[in-house]
Amino acid sequence: MITPHLPALQIVIPLVAAPLCMLVRYRDWAWGVALMASWLAFGISWLLLQQVLAGGPISYAMGGWSAPIGIEYRVDLLNAFVLLIVSAIGSVMMPYARHSVTHEFGHQRTYMFYTAYLLCFTGLLGVTITGDAFNLFVFLEISSLSSYVLIALGNDRRALTAAYQYLVMGTIGATFIVIGIGLLYSETGTLNMVDLAERIAQMPPNRTIGAAFGFLVVGISLKLALFPLHLWLPNAYTYAPSMVSAFLAATATKVAVYVLLRFLFSVFRVDLSFGVMPLDMVLLGLAVIAMFAASTVAIFQNNLKRMLAYSSVAQIGYMILGISFTNVTGLTATLLHLFNHAMMKGGMFLALGCIVLRVGSATIGDLHGIGRRMPWSTAAFVIGGLSLIGVPLTVGFISKWYLVLAAIERGWWGVGLLIVLSSLLAVAYIWRVVEIAYFQRPPTGAAHVEEAPLSMLIPTWILIGASVYFGINTELTVDVAGRAAVALFGAGS
Amino acid sequence: MMETALGLYNYWIAIFLMMAGFYIVVAHDNLIKKIVGLNIFQASVFVLYISLGKVTGGTAPIIDPAVTVYSNPLPHVLILTAIVVGVATTALGLALVVRINEAYGTIEEEEIHVQDDET
Repeated sequence: MITPHLPALQIVIPLVAAPLCMLVRYRDWAWGVALMASWLAFGISWLLLQQVLAGGPISYAMGGWSAPIGIEYRVDLLNAFVLLIVSAIGSVMMPYARHSVTHEFGHQRTYMFYTAYLLCFTGLLGVTITGDAFNLFVFLEISSLSSYVLIALGNDRRALTAAYQYLVMGTIGATFIVIGIGLLYSETGTLNMVDLAERIAQMPPNRTIGAAFGFLVVGISLKLALFPLHLWLPNAYTYAPSMVSAFLAATATKVAVYVLLRFLFSVFRVDLSFGVMPLDMVLLGLAVIAMFAASTVAIFQNNLKRMLAYSSVAQIGYMILGISFTNVTGLTATLLHLFNHAMMKGGMFLALGCIVLRVGSATIGDLHGIGRRMPWSTAAFVIGGLSLIGVPLTVGFISKWYLVLAAIERGWWGVGLLIVLSSLLAVAYIWRVVEIAYFQRPPTGAAHVEEAPLSMLIPTWILIGASVYFGINTELTVDVAGRAAVALFGAGS
Repeated sequence: MMETALGLYNYWIAIFLMMAGFYIVVAHDNLIKKIVGLNIFQASVFVLYISLGKVTGGTAPIIDPAVTVYSNPLPHVLILTAIVVGVATTALGLALVVRINEAYGTIEEEEIHVQDDET
């Protein structure tokens, strides 16, 4: 009875839970509400994926108004996969939040954190599930506005300026997206994505559609921090609370990559995006620069959170690189890396959060010998790092393997070589941490630090464990990513 | 040529506002002025949408047997939503400026950078 309404419940449950958190201020109850909402969302997204795998795309008419007049929620393999990533990350990180958030804000104000977190979670799920272009913008702004709040909650005063900078750049990006959607509407008279795709395919490419394409690509690139539009990201991730850095790094940019894929492949379709517009070459250039420039900058960072943030910019480069190959293997690699990077970078930020909780700093100079003082957290960080490099038996290897295959398939041997070369830069910045953590003695007279509490270690290890498990057993991820990639290309022919 | 350029005046207004707002965001040091610029930038898009919905000779979209031509209400409704988003963004931006002022004692970007470099 409830099954047909799962797409709506996916959004409604966290949306209703958010104000509920504001009302229940008694001890940890707000956390309990957020935990239940996250887990329910995860269960629903799992059921949705099973439904889509079995029976194809699901269309849900919001409020009973059928598409294209009403707002349609449309779940196909691609966004069922992204929904699963976002809700899985959310539900793994919630148990972690209890200790981490209370430690950073004190007992009085935690309910506000959970309210903002749930709104952000709702926004990200909404962007992913909706089939209506304007509705996508609204959800995007719900998630962005609440993430500005979450970042500003950081203890350092620089968190405020980071949030402000992100607000200005994020709003410019969102406004570009609205202009793009408006131009598309003026040309086609519809906002439903399926309808848009059909009408755009029927008309010859003209300047209005070209302008809409340009505005949308630039706006979405700002949101996903594509080099050189990544300037907001390093500060935002560095000064945000540990839990927020981990959550945003694992989900927000992934959802933005999804939006880019949706517009390029489902709305504009391959012929227009890469045939009429030379976007593949543009993306190729920017992706390669991001891989090298951001990784190089990461090597010289003393703050490990900032190092991971720059590494994220580089990893987004790999995802965009997969798109620029414009073949099914490349797109599979992008989708795989979407999942894989969420696991490993989420896990690494959580591990770093454990260290920051006990040591009180993420500066590399304070972490001498941390491998002996906090063995579990440090080991998690290092395994995540191996995955970033792309060592076999980790998920990072699987993504890079498919990327190289796609490069060869496209005939770009040089690019395949660049992928391997840029991985060496990751070796450099991870090795720096390993050396300090394991081969240096803790300074004499350093305060004794305990290992982080189990409620934080277990979520960390679940994500790190997943990043090893899915590196060995790739059946589920490769199958879903491959089928979603084929479906995306199928829409264009 | 001249006629089409003038006939599309609504677009010229939108482009002018957009560039003016964008310039303020980029060029000004004062955090509140940046928010004002951002508002003008967003307002340009509102103008663009609203003028798209206008049908020549059309009236307000309220059903009346005497009228056959109506303006398209959908862009106007969309912009109502976008205005709400804009208000929320402005409110949050200004709240952040208040907090920045409390933490740094200034709202000039240059001075904030100087203070950050010292620490």
